[in-house]
Amino acid sequence: MNVNFSVYRYNPDVDKAPYMQDLSLDVPEGSDMMVLDALIQLKEKDASLSFRRSCREGVCGSDGLNINGKNGLACITPLSDLLSKGKIIIRPLPGLPVVRDLVIDMTQFYTQYEKIKPFLITDDRKPPAGEFKQSPEEREKLDGLYECILCACCSTSCPSFWWNPEKFIGPAGLLAAYRFLIDSRDSATEERLSNLDDAFSVFRCHGIMNCVSVCPKGLNPTKAIGKIKSMLLQRAI
Amino acid sequence: MVKVAGTFGRSGVHDYILLRASALILLAYTLYLVGFIAGTDITYATWTGFFSLTTTKVFTLFALIAMLVHAWIGLWQVLTDYVKCTKLRGALQFLLTSVAFIYVLSGFVILWGV
Repeated sequence: MNVNFSVYRYNPDVDKAPYMQDLSLDVPEGSDMMVLDALIQLKEKDASLSFRRSCREGVCGSDGLNINGKNGLACITPLSDLLSKGKIIIRPLPGLPVVRDLVIDMTQFYTQYEKIKPFLITDDRKPPAGEFKQSPEEREKLDGLYECILCACCSTSCPSFWWNPEKFIGPAGLLAAYRFLIDSRDSATEERLSNLDDAFSVFRCHGIMNCVSVCPKGLNPTKAIGKIKSMLLQRAI
Repeated sequence: MVKVAGTFGRSGVHDYILLRASALILLAYTLYLVGFIAGTDITYATWTGFFSLTTTKVFTLFALIAMLVHAWIGLWQVLTDYVKCTKLRGALQFLLTSVAFIYVLSGFVILWGV
């Protein structure tokens, strides 16, 4: 079975502008593979094709791509899910600068992540030398928040992040922000909320839920953002 | 924290509350107007009578002020999303917010005469 691909190509050293390159791959009838496997086989034909990948099992978050118009991880997206639409269109994650082909510069994404201080702050008490215990109920609050692998599929599918990537934290950063806001061991809740209480950081989210629709780990950043908004409101009213 | 001077509210939360509060007022006013239009034969006399009621006058002005707040914040949000040139954004915001102000003042003058 011949599978056709249209792949975004751009080498800034050579190309004046990005272009879509048509490629094809022979996939044995009755078999299936992930988009990442197909890309690796395409790279064997043309070694200049560039993309990021590492764990190849949906854990590291390196191979976030825009596949047939929807962001997702190439390593856990089967070709069989995409064949009904004919040609498979593969582009880099939208909104961030392209370094080369499918590789994007994620600096803006990480800058926003850094802003929310993604680590425990325990200013008013020393963390114990051994385990820092939580009750099962307290620990349960972190479920659905800590699993984020920072693949950037959500933030790069969010129009608010496209328009204001230097001011809006974005769904990935805000999911992590709520993960620390709700952590019973963290003592900087007030300081964290103060840093989010402007017109852009949180409130540029208008709840269109693109982030929820694309998250490869099935997480719900919109819900976490709603919780942050509630915390900010409770503090203000 | 991102500091902004172009919007109406003092913070993100303030904007958020004002947008929703003003939207509720506009919804209530719309229902009030629709209720009148649906339940009455519209003639010059009934229309003038309706707008000479103190309730209608106060409610109309209240809704116009809510419109000003709602438009100020909403348009600032849209402009900061889509217009990246600061000079152009500033000019557009000045123009559009001025129009909203003019609506409020016009409403005041018009209601004064009914």
